[in-house]
Amino acid sequence: MINTSRVHRRLIANRIAIGLSFAAAAIGLGVLALILFTLIAKGAAGLTATTFKEVTPPPGQAGGLLNALYGSLVLTVLGVLVGAPIGVLAGTYLAEYGRGTRLASVIRFVNDIILSAPSIVVGLFIYQVMVVPMHHFSGWAGVAALVLIVVPIVVRTTEDMLLLVPGALRESAAALGAAQHTIIIHIAYRAARAGMITGGLLAAARISGETAPLLFTALNNQFWSTDLNGPIASLPMVIFQFALSPYAEWQQLAWTGALIITAAVLTLSVVARLFGATGRTS
Amino acid sequence: MDVPYGPGRGVLRFDMPDALMERPRRQDGVIAHAFAAGAPVAGDRGFADLLLEGLSHGAAMLVLLALSGIIIALAPGAWPALSTFGLGFFGTGIWNPVTEHFGALASIYGTLVTSLIAMLIAVPVAIGVAAFLTELCPPRLRRTIGAAIELLAGVPSIVFGFWGLFTLAPFLQAHVEPPIIDAFDGIPLLQDLFAGPPYGIGVLTASLVLAIMILPIMAAILRDVFETTPIILKEAAYGVGATTWEVLRRIILPHTRAGVIGAGILGLGRALGETMAVTFVIGNSHRISESLLAPGTTISAAIANEFSEATGPLYTSSLVALGLLLFVITFVVLAIARLLLLRMNREQHR
Repeated sequence: MINTSRVHRRLIANRIAIGLSFAAAAIGLGVLALILFTLIAKGAAGLTATTFKEVTPPPGQAGGLLNALYGSLVLTVLGVLVGAPIGVLAGTYLAEYGRGTRLASVIRFVNDIILSAPSIVVGLFIYQVMVVPMHHFSGWAGVAALVLIVVPIVVRTTEDMLLLVPGALRESAAALGAAQHTIIIHIAYRAARAGMITGGLLAAARISGETAPLLFTALNNQFWSTDLNGPIASLPMVIFQFALSPYAEWQQLAWTGALIITAAVLTLSVVARLFGATGRTS
Repeated sequence: MDVPYGPGRGVLRFDMPDALMERPRRQDGVIAHAFAAGAPVAGDRGFADLLLEGLSHGAAMLVLLALSGIIIALAPGAWPALSTFGLGFFGTGIWNPVTEHFGALASIYGTLVTSLIAMLIAVPVAIGVAAFLTELCPPRLRRTIGAAIELLAGVPSIVFGFWGLFTLAPFLQAHVEPPIIDAFDGIPLLQDLFAGPPYGIGVLTASLVLAIMILPIMAAILRDVFETTPIILKEAAYGVGATTWEVLRRIILPHTRAGVIGAGILGLGRALGETMAVTFVIGNSHRISESLLAPGTTISAAIANEFSEATGPLYTSSLVALGLLLFVITFVVLAIARLLLLRMNREQHR
């Protein structure tokens, strides 16, 4: 008798747990789907050719997001172009030349801290070291802030990908008389390539949506500007400014901008995953 | 623990703090060690080899300098505020730009409370989602849903904040907050926690948006973590008649304890430092209110909202001091997690 009631209790507990798990999955996925749905519904309403042809308008007028799109593209591309090589080289040092040294473990530690540091702190830092001495906000300061976000990510992925390369591969090359740089460039990099590219793309996806580091570095620009020595527009900053404005046209542009940025980030992530997948099968 | 990392195992966990998860280890032979010790192979080392080593060494030093520079550069910026207000800066909630009186307590309080509530909501849901994906979901859907969650983890936080402001806040204001206020009216404690008027934006809304934002990354990591449980353990448990719940509670969770805590810490770190998702919906008001429905502020929201408008060096300096404090808080949280997990690993290996 005691036994059956115990089994009964266990089964009920199991039912409840499974029910809660289903509910969690349904609610979690449901809310996220709802966000994407709202974004598509509201964002697509304002998505026209004008969005890509005209710059951000003054209040009460129609316009597009051209300057913001351009600014975001330039900031992101420059951030990755500057940050990725530094990160790859530093990651190479950690995994190859400096392996096991104290310096490497210190760098790894510091890198880890910055990796999880709030991005707004990075923005404050660049403000202190670049904007204050230069006396003005600038696109270059924005690029510097984004570089500081790219580098730790790339350092981390590069090191981990290099560590995954089997030691036997390196030894085979060494046995043939290859120098260490040959082994790193032609063996280790080649074997770790897919993972390293994935890391770079994920870093690009990450910075293309970052707002906090740009708040007091690149600032924003209402007009068309390609000058990186002055404030430059970017999609996240335009969304931030327009969303908090009382004008319907600006809010609509913010929705459209949010849709574009989400689509771009998701596309980058999908491409990054595809790269990772090809690396896996080969 | 198996390595839940790298290609072939979900997304790259590049933002997983070190030591929270085991990282790949290279199985080296003798020659690789000889290289690491700087042994020349086939005669002298060529110019190219020295160049690559020099470049990579230089880049590594650059990383070290730039990154440790963050702390060094923020300290002088924060100094005027800290020397003016002393330790009282962290103990007072007054934030008055007009009289130039600044205290961090209200924003510290907001940061901690919003993160705490977000964790209370997101952790159970993330565990539920991860359990669903590893134990309950039909295998055919598993990969699709898992991939979707991983992708959502990359959606910029500004999108969540924006959605929170325009969709969630009006909804809460119209349909959720009034009934809550009415229902809890007259009940001690609860009537203070949920006191009107229903603004829509406030501490509770910010917490909800934060919870939604950290949910995908935590669910994705927990899914990977749960999958590291050896199948043979689970099968053995099912074999002696354990229910799904018992397998989760007695096998999976104890086995993956370190990874679960790691995922939680990562989520907490994100919630503490998150700027854009919160700034839109918290209301930016420097006061400590008993009610969760009242507007408040967080450290990052205060910086984001006020920094470019800050007049006077003391105002700016106070905001930089807030940034430094945020950096220290996230650092301490991570450091505690590291110690915790180190100890845990040591116990496991004993």
